[in-house]
Amino acid sequence: MNARRLQVDPIACTAHGVCAELLPELIDLDEWGYPVLPATAVPRRLTAAAARAVAGCPALALRLSAVPAGVARSTDP
Amino acid sequence: MIDLHPASVARLLSAPPEQGTSLAAHRAHFGPLPPPGEAGLIDPVTRSGLRGRGGAGFPTGRKIAAVAAQPTSRRPVVVANGCEGEPVSGKDHVLLELAPHLVLDGALAVATALGADEVLLCLHRGDPIVPSVRAATAERQEGRTVRVVEVPRRYAASEESALVNFINTGMARPTAKPPRPFERGVGGHPTMIANVETLAHVALIARYGPDWFRAAGTADSPGTTLVTVGGAVAYPGVLEVALGVPLGAVLEMAGGLTGPAQALLVGGVGGGWLPADRALGVRLEHAELRAAGAALGVGTIFAMPAGVCGVTETARVASYLAGESARQCGPCMFGLPAVAGDLWALSNAAEDPATIVPRLRRRLGLLPGRGACGHPDGFARFVRGALDTFADDFGNHAYGRPCPGGGRPWLPLPTAGDPTPAGWQ
Repeated sequence: MNARRLQVDPIACTAHGVCAELLPELIDLDEWGYPVLPATAVPRRLTAAAARAVAGCPALALRLSAVPAGVARSTDP
Repeated sequence: MIDLHPASVARLLSAPPEQGTSLAAHRAHFGPLPPPGEAGLIDPVTRSGLRGRGGAGFPTGRKIAAVAAQPTSRRPVVVANGCEGEPVSGKDHVLLELAPHLVLDGALAVATALGADEVLLCLHRGDPIVPSVRAATAERQEGRTVRVVEVPRRYAASEESALVNFINTGMARPTAKPPRPFERGVGGHPTMIANVETLAHVALIARYGPDWFRAAGTADSPGTTLVTVGGAVAYPGVLEVALGVPLGAVLEMAGGLTGPAQALLVGGVGGGWLPADRALGVRLEHAELRAAGAALGVGTIFAMPAGVCGVTETARVASYLAGESARQCGPCMFGLPAVAGDLWALSNAAEDPATIVPRLRRRLGLLPGRGACGHPDGFARFVRGALDTFADDFGNHAYGRPCPGGGRPWLPLPTAGDPTPAGWQ
């Protein structure tokens, strides 16, 4: 499967913070409650949890998208 | 007779002002816009190496080609951006005042190349140049609609997606990408947006070709460019210079420094500060300015005299930019005022600098790449550069030592606009 990474629509995001609760391994919240996302691909072992975080976003702001060429891929299995 | 400095090259501003700015006077000076030859327009513009003059410096040929490559079911739209959102820049105004038909030539040439039947020229609402530009567009109804759009006078309102959003919905705030305007812009059509100076260069490339264009400038940054020179120089104003000249030579063209300068603000508040001793030899071009820690941006050079406080100026600019956030994206809406607050806290020695500085640095790291537009990125770059350039001033302030500036404001900044959505309509 192609590597994918998390992205947020920064206008749609209203800092509910659900994503950081569902995926604490990858998502931190900044001091204002907005998610700080890794630029690298989601490791395979967390793809199901990442999909749950995307589905759980009340603002529909979080998505998984293809990793563009040039962005480092996580070496984590 | 004015003595022109050897580094001065008049291309865009070569028409004799006493002939006026009518279409007839324009054609008498530049000749008619030739119909596109066999090579079309995209190829010569690409080979000219022209880069956008609105701040980002993107290759114009590639941008037109990206619009041309869109599916042809919807006819493209051309948008000429004359808003000049940078508060310290005046070059687009001067160009639109002295050579409006050169801008329109370029916009119409691009419209012909793309098969666009609409050209929109964006200006700030209530700008004094609106009537003369409208008069010029009235002379250019050549089978396609050319009209002026008046946009709210906000810093981020002339960002490309914000212009498209304003034209489509009346709200001049940036939108999330994708889609980018070249894919889906005005009315959902592929949209080519270019700064007015960029289009004026296109008009000259269409006439004289890419080799002529490259005869001035550098390989990285070819051609001439309009610069706005201000601050501690004898004759502040707008000049046309060949890219690649040292910043010191540009200051000489503006009559030279009127006294010792501490720093140069290059590229507007979207660019950055350079310490004056190091800056005078830096060449006016994209690569060298980036490497030095500033940006060519919209080509402004402001010389900050001795006796002005770098901390206060940085805090003032930060507050202005924070007030100009469209307040849509959390990191921008909350992060910019937080950083501005940290800067004022340092300026006023209000808190222990050992607390403020790490917090400020951490917050600056939380801004880039986290907004729908580049506003938080530009803000963070500007503040970071200021922390380096004015390291001594920041140290003096943080520990309550006397400051030579005494808190007097220097850089001319507009007051920030209405923060509510109504301020963007």
